[in-house]
Amino acid sequence: MNMIDVKVAAIKQVTPLIKHFTFVKEDGSELPSFSGGSHIVVALDADGRTYRNPYSLMGSPTETDAYHISVRRQENSRGGSAFMHENVSVGMTLKITHPVNLFTLAKMAHKHILIAGGIGITPFMSQIEDLKRLGVEYELHYAFRSYAQAAFVDELKKSCGSSLYCYGDSDGERLDMQGLLSWQPLGTHVYVCGPSPMVVSVIETARNLGWPEHSIHNEQFLSPPVGEPFKVQLAKSEIEVEVPAEMSMLEAIEAAGVKAEYLCRGGVCGRCELGVLEHDGGLEHHDHFLTESEKASCRKIMPCVSRSKGKRLLLDL
Amino acid sequence: MALNFKQETFRDDYSYSNSAHAIRRFPFPFAEDQYMYSVNIEPHTKGEPGSVYEFPFDIDEHYVAECLDKEITLMQDPGRYHALPHMMDAQWDFLELTMTALANDYPEHFSLSRNGQTWTWDNKPLGVCDTFTFGDSSTLVREPFDYIGRQVQGDFVLLDQRDGTLYADAGIVTSQADWSLAFNVGMSWKEWHGPVPRATEIGVMDRALKYLLNLQLANPVRRLNWTMTVNPRLDTSPENYPYWGGDRNKVNTDNVGDLVNLRVELQSLFRLPRSNAIVFSIRCYLMSLKDVTSYPRWAKRLHRVQKTMHPDLIEYKGMTKFHPIVVDWLSKFDDGAELGIGTHPE
Repeated sequence: MNMIDVKVAAIKQVTPLIKHFTFVKEDGSELPSFSGGSHIVVALDADGRTYRNPYSLMGSPTETDAYHISVRRQENSRGGSAFMHENVSVGMTLKITHPVNLFTLAKMAHKHILIAGGIGITPFMSQIEDLKRLGVEYELHYAFRSYAQAAFVDELKKSCGSSLYCYGDSDGERLDMQGLLSWQPLGTHVYVCGPSPMVVSVIETARNLGWPEHSIHNEQFLSPPVGEPFKVQLAKSEIEVEVPAEMSMLEAIEAAGVKAEYLCRGGVCGRCELGVLEHDGGLEHHDHFLTESEKASCRKIMPCVSRSKGKRLLLDL
Repeated sequence: MALNFKQETFRDDYSYSNSAHAIRRFPFPFAEDQYMYSVNIEPHTKGEPGSVYEFPFDIDEHYVAECLDKEITLMQDPGRYHALPHMMDAQWDFLELTMTALANDYPEHFSLSRNGQTWTWDNKPLGVCDTFTFGDSSTLVREPFDYIGRQVQGDFVLLDQRDGTLYADAGIVTSQADWSLAFNVGMSWKEWHGPVPRATEIGVMDRALKYLLNLQLANPVRRLNWTMTVNPRLDTSPENYPYWGGDRNKVNTDNVGDLVNLRVELQSLFRLPRSNAIVFSIRCYLMSLKDVTSYPRWAKRLHRVQKTMHPDLIEYKGMTKFHPIVVDWLSKFDDGAELGIGTHPE
């Protein structure tokens, strides 16, 4: 995979938990253009291993002199977000992937309803720039715990004006999902990014109201969950790899020097799919990619987020 | 190295021909003695200097004549260009991709200067020089995709990605192997691949789609496709069938080597940055069977592939009328010697 070398040009503490990082090319040249909703994967070498974490690009897609990401420090961080917060400093160089978009705006929609929860605001930061440039009708609904902890509210007020609706939980402000999605014109698309319960609630409310499936969009990157350690055998590479509790199978395979395909590293895109040849005790599927019947068949696994329930697993790699 | 552009035609008197250099670099598609559809997609990375894979968009000795032929086809049938309104970002993406590549890879023929949003494009072989504002269609004589699509060899389709599939929502198509843009525009992946025999059943199309939905910026891919065309004609469209369809009855044992051409499409796909659309580039190479036999290895290989071709594929590719004559003629060049795997000429 072609990686891009970038330098950390600025770091800003946006809220007590969120830091905003600005990346530029070392030689000062432009970064690739991208589309609203895109993310990059940032590679970090720490504690003798490489973390690769996806983050949404926030800035305007037309301004490519710098890339902007925001990182929320995760409770129980496996290391990625903690490392970004504690060890990354201005002037450091990092490797990033080219932008990938798994959360695109539907270009033929007549109206766009964007719903963000907390740090889920980040992919919308670039999407609203595209929507404004194209002159399309949109509303941004942004829910968060408290105004003190909410990132980018002032910035969004300036940029979205009357299209922005904020909901501070601690101030008793609630987003009425049912009300919002009940009275939208035909051809409206809804997009949600935020904590899992919120994503599920938007999808279910829209479905129950009869929204067409292709008008409901969500982005929900998963962090690889911590689990029980297990061993994975790679049939073609003819090696055995130990997967520790706090490491994903994909990371363990990479650390063993075996080249594996990947793209989003969050269980969404399907690129890292591997064939399962043998297993004992079943598979722990965490991805959003495989269908229920594929998961039940135990013949495929997404090593970026999924794990083995047993002690042993034989993969076609 | 500056290219020598030939004066030649792809219609009427069919004066098109290949130089020895063009024959040698021809993208011969058959690595094995048998042919079947497969997901034969590979990274579109920089190939050997002088090969058709050296640059993302290959420009060769036929460039000027091919662009002229494209102009004639578009003049006679403006419907060969079509772009749905939501594809404007993709149009500009395409213009940037092609102009940047041509200016970078063929600096003696093309140049691009960018001053903010003010761009100047100089195409010396075609005598075109224009200054325009990137992102503002009113500053070009045509829509951006139409404008630059006429100045690059090959056909181009812009695919919009939505609802978990790809839609052919814009195209400039003048050198197609018997398919129609006017018929296909707005169709989804499954719809436009519907007629391909045997491929759907073996799951090739689903796997290829899954792969392409994850196509990445700066990581284009390519594959080769092929058919046979009577006369070196670029515009073998259903719209103009009366002008070429009947030629298939003219093939006989004496003229088959000159009349029948191996037609190879170098198909490449690039992710576009601002629109998240995909360009499907279809670059057509034509070579008479006589020219194929310049290299005995190719002649033997082509004979074996054709001899074992499934009848469904022969019919799908429109070769039924003259195919036995081709096989019979090629058999004279095949001594049965074993050929290793690979497409190389010698």
